[in-house]
Amino acid sequence: MSTSHQTEQWASRLGVILAVAGSAVGLGNFLRFPGQAAANGGGAFMIPYFCALILLGIPIGWAEWTMGRYGGQRGFHSAPGILGVMGGRVLRYLGAIGVLIPLAVSFYYVFIEAWCLVYFWGFLSGSFDVSRAGTDFASQSQASAAFYSSVTGVARDGALFDLSSSSTLPFWAFAFAINLWLVFRGLSKGIETFCSWAMPAMAVCALIVLIRVLTLGTPDPMKPDQNVINGLGYMWNPSFAALGNFQTWLAAAGQVFFTLSVGFGVIINYSSYMRRRDDVVLSGLTASATNEVFEVGFGGLITLTASYIFLGLSGTVAAVATGSFGLGFTTLPVVFAQMGPAGQYIGAIWFFMLFLAAITSSLSMYQPTLAFLQESLGLTRKPATGVLALVALIGSLLVLWFTGDGVFWNTLDFWVGTFLLFVMAGIQIVCFAWIFGLDRGWASAHEGARMRIPSVFRFIMKYVAPTYLVVVFVGFCVQNLPDSLRAIAQSPSAQLALLLIATVTAGLLACVRVGEARWRREGRDLDGLRPLHGDPHHAVHEKVAR
Amino acid sequence: MTLGGWLLLITSLTVVYGVAIWCYVQVLGAPPPDHQDH
Repeated sequence: MSTSHQTEQWASRLGVILAVAGSAVGLGNFLRFPGQAAANGGGAFMIPYFCALILLGIPIGWAEWTMGRYGGQRGFHSAPGILGVMGGRVLRYLGAIGVLIPLAVSFYYVFIEAWCLVYFWGFLSGSFDVSRAGTDFASQSQASAAFYSSVTGVARDGALFDLSSSSTLPFWAFAFAINLWLVFRGLSKGIETFCSWAMPAMAVCALIVLIRVLTLGTPDPMKPDQNVINGLGYMWNPSFAALGNFQTWLAAAGQVFFTLSVGFGVIINYSSYMRRRDDVVLSGLTASATNEVFEVGFGGLITLTASYIFLGLSGTVAAVATGSFGLGFTTLPVVFAQMGPAGQYIGAIWFFMLFLAAITSSLSMYQPTLAFLQESLGLTRKPATGVLALVALIGSLLVLWFTGDGVFWNTLDFWVGTFLLFVMAGIQIVCFAWIFGLDRGWASAHEGARMRIPSVFRFIMKYVAPTYLVVVFVGFCVQNLPDSLRAIAQSPSAQLALLLIATVTAGLLACVRVGEARWRREGRDLDGLRPLHGDPHHAVHEKVAR
Repeated sequence: MTLGGWLLLITSLTVVYGVAIWCYVQVLGAPPPDHQDH
């Protein structure tokens, strides 16, 4: 057997839950969710949202947790290794998508993480204060938009490298270094330890901002309509007519899908470090529940309520129309400026919270690649971290240079962070329910489980979740593909982003090929044909030929 | 804020926080896992 097998494990059952929840909780919980809800039926949005959570998000998540732990018991910690053990050679190569997604998303995600740091520092030090631009909203919004442009470099390619007009690069370097250092420290000492304090810290920050927002009352007596209750009403008043619109159901399923990080290649990697009798059913549900607390319990109460109180109905509608980043990085600074002197610190807390949400996610994006490099190339942690750092640096520098109109990183986000996510989730649920076999998967999921998954989920996992996924995927493609393909045809930056994706994919496939040969030489059970000691289900379902 | 808005808000928060609290009580109250496989 190989001597390069990784023996890392989570130190505690809570550690893996907080790490997975940290991966799932991101900017989307606070910025994307409220915007989607408000635009798709308000409170009524929660009906298709909870349907998608039960029929799509949680079952696919359980499948991913189970597959990860199963593969980990056979010494594999990356999606190619794990899917190969569960379904054979084709799935092993398709598993490269489960490494590509987190790696390519990390190229631009750490950049966004740096924005949060720039804003945090700007508020804390007082160097970013839109109220200096004037007392009217128009002037403040203009100042806020100008700051956003300087931080993100959307004005032109290479703008961020002009250090006299943008301070993003040093903050990016800091964020990048912290990420790599924590990943290098190891699963338990680095990621688990960090998430164990970052998640509670994030909750405390969210609670402080929430209390401040809910106690704002009616700050301007001249505008009695702009109060907390009406702000909550903007987000939660139901429009049941929206339930008859396919778009509402599509938006809800998309939001659930993206918020839980299923199909991202992270859960399958993180759960592979669990012990055989660690509870994947309860852990999966707890991680999802934690994500929902941040999304519905904080994101659903803070963002739009604060915006409505100070900007009113028309201002908030306009803010939602600018999308998640417009709402979070252009509108909210104007909102914080209206809160008086305390606004400076509330803004700092808010952006520090977003930074924590982002870094707990970006950490999870590096670990799958690190595990894959270690097991496919037979590297120890140190050289594997070096290779990861080099690849991540090249990808990130391209993102940092090609910032014009945000086309480069938006292309990465669309094709890898969105399109391939559907593909990977589809591969995983089909692998679990159809190729590995639902009976076997069901039995594996319940090993060491304190709670049983209700039997109805057998039907959901086998038929409903895959069908639901296909419907959402087709709807997504119909809505978005024409515009995205047109953008590629017209933009050299978009073409370059696709070239980057293709290059990374080719490299990962080559690594799978090298790993496959290595694992065979080492006599490892890479196709999952041999029973694991004490696995009573394997003999019954053993695949003779694949 | 309409009555429907309040109902959906309170129901959603109750479900989300209720499930999360139940999960953490189970996780923190669980005995150490059986490590016979190691």
